[in-house]
Amino acid sequence: MTVPRLPVLDDGVGRRGQGPADEPAPERARDPGGRAPPRGQEGRRAFLQTAAAGAALAAFSGCGGLDEFFRRHFRELGPEELKAVLARIERRNQERFGRATTVRADGPRPGVEFGYGLDLSRCVGCRRCVYACARENNQSRRHPQIHWIQVLEMDKDHGVDLTHADLYYEADAVPRPGKFYFPVQCQQCRNPPCVKACPTRATWQEQDGIVVVDYDWCIGCRCCMSACPYGARHFNWAQPTLAPEELNPDQHYLGNRPRPKGVVEKCTFCIQRTRRGLYPACLEACPVGARKFGNLLDPESEIRKVMETKRVFVFKEDLATHPKFFYFYAT
Amino acid sequence: MSGIPGFLLGCGREVTTGRRGYWLWVAFLLASIAVGAACYAYQARVGLIATNMRDDVSWAFYIGNFTFLVGVAAAAVLLVVPAYVYQWKPIKEVVVLGELLAVSALTMCLLFILVDMGRPDRFLHIVPLVGTPNWPRSMLTWDALVLNLYLLLNLALVLYLLFKTYRGRPYSKQVFLPLVLLSIPVAISTHTVTAFLYNGMAARPYWNASILAPRFIASAFCSGPAVMIILFQLLRRAFRFDIKDEAIWKIAELMAYAMFLNLFLLGAELFKEYYSATEHLLYTRYFWQGLGEHRALVPYAWLSLTCSLAAFVLFLVPRTRQNFLTLNLGCLLIWAGVYVEKGMGLIIPGFTPSTLGQIYPYTPTWVEWGIAVGVFGVGFLVFTVLVKIAVPILVGSFTAPDPARVESPGATPAPMH
Repeated sequence: MTVPRLPVLDDGVGRRGQGPADEPAPERARDPGGRAPPRGQEGRRAFLQTAAAGAALAAFSGCGGLDEFFRRHFRELGPEELKAVLARIERRNQERFGRATTVRADGPRPGVEFGYGLDLSRCVGCRRCVYACARENNQSRRHPQIHWIQVLEMDKDHGVDLTHADLYYEADAVPRPGKFYFPVQCQQCRNPPCVKACPTRATWQEQDGIVVVDYDWCIGCRCCMSACPYGARHFNWAQPTLAPEELNPDQHYLGNRPRPKGVVEKCTFCIQRTRRGLYPACLEACPVGARKFGNLLDPESEIRKVMETKRVFVFKEDLATHPKFFYFYAT
Repeated sequence: MSGIPGFLLGCGREVTTGRRGYWLWVAFLLASIAVGAACYAYQARVGLIATNMRDDVSWAFYIGNFTFLVGVAAAAVLLVVPAYVYQWKPIKEVVVLGELLAVSALTMCLLFILVDMGRPDRFLHIVPLVGTPNWPRSMLTWDALVLNLYLLLNLALVLYLLFKTYRGRPYSKQVFLPLVLLSIPVAISTHTVTAFLYNGMAARPYWNASILAPRFIASAFCSGPAVMIILFQLLRRAFRFDIKDEAIWKIAELMAYAMFLNLFLLGAELFKEYYSATEHLLYTRYFWQGLGEHRALVPYAWLSLTCSLAAFVLFLVPRTRQNFLTLNLGCLLIWAGVYVEKGMGLIIPGFTPSTLGQIYPYTPTWVEWGIAVGVFGVGFLVFTVLVKIAVPILVGSFTAPDPARVESPGATPAPMH
């Protein structure tokens, strides 16, 4: 069997060092004032308008009409139905962003199971991966801000210890003395608790190991978010904010197509890229080459080389989720 | 069943006639529902960002209320067990009311789930045959199943009993008893499955303890009957409805045992967490002591414990149990204690700190309060309407015009017993 190989790209080894913290700290999730953005005059006016409009109508606004209401589950769609569904999403994109997009649904390739490696001794905590991911995957930018990658700043004194981890560090320059950085994203578990918890089969594990979400099937109950031990699942608490000029038009149905409000989303190992032989966007953005990616079933792949030559570990191994995201210390 | 149109007309008449106090109460409930509807319209428009839930605390006030109300609904079984299994006379009269309470509580449960959903328009996806329920793996599909089954069972039982009584016919034990016996395990399972919803999540050590389901049952057996005891006294006064003192005292005694069990299980849980003092202690500490500057839940924790302890003493001592002043005080204390324990005390600490160790201090927004007021308004309205129909039937003031005439020839005569 021929195994598809990922192209060898310049991984930036050797450029390691004091990286500037040129990306801003993520928006704080906390909002202790008891009020949520967006607020103020506009919020109050919106409230009065909708109060008149009526609850039932509002609950059904913004959904895709009867076609979508009576659609079958993604995995039961025939080739013709799938084509129609993809075309409908392209039309929806056009209406929402005024831009032409391509929405594909490339399936898993035989003989491929994706795995990820992250070198904790290289990561400098610059968050370039975080923002590259948001751009590639059409995440909501601000109010609400969604990040699929969460970089934790940890104390060297404590090692990997979540009680001494800060997600919202703000630094003029990274890495900061006494600190190291621990990026967390979907661990693409072999035994995913989120898939088990989902009451509607709106999330599942693909043949190549990627755990995906059908944003048109999710009911927004958030069981998967309670079940995920890695905080890797994110909810669209409001309509995502994404400027048309920032939209990535190259989209996958199970990946980076724009999401509506009220559904859950997560990292897909950049399914729209990796299934076509490209690296994930976070890997390409990493200035220090801390990120490795490849086919776990191919003994010659980068990820297998890492596993062979370094000692890897998985996050929260006691939960037996069996991640395909491996951490290691190369130096 | 030819008496149905007359029965429905009669129900309409019962519901639309009442004294000033009744109409004031109904107007108050309708106003609450209007507040809830307006808040929900706003939330539906802007999304769940209208709440203070965020990725770190992704279930909160709505789900806490849901959990508490599942307990209230399950507690109807506490009245069914002695009444039907042991044929204990005084409680038997009031079982119908317990089941009406269960119906109302379940209505509120389902509404709280609905308002918590990001895409309620896609509810069909969880419905068997129409959608793709992830049954049997997902606990929420089980929960939906048992809650709806319990709702239907209670509705069927109550309608059957009331309709028979309305027509002046004794009910058939062959129909009634199996349904009642079935409702007992279903009631237990509603609360067990709800506990399993949290219990099964290894990602949340605060919930991932096998003591959770037993504690749910124990606390449910406190909060549900507390509502009943107060309601019985109100009904007794309003309708000259014969509920004996001994029935109420018996319920209070059972509640004392349930509260003892609840407090014992709490103690067992606290011992395990504090003595072993692993990283998992953080969640318990967040609730009881606070973590650093984050102490939002600490007053609630101690308030809840104080209420529960005081109520336990009041219900344990026969003198205070049989004094209606201290009895009612105990009911309020139990209600408050369990409401805080199941609402803020179970859901929020489960998420704090988050799976990545971050602390998001959650408090409900006014929209969440408004929607909760609306849901409680619906629940109490359902209960008011049902009681307004049921009690006149039970006391014999609302009956078929002439039982012999409405009897259809094809109907099987119910056996006398």
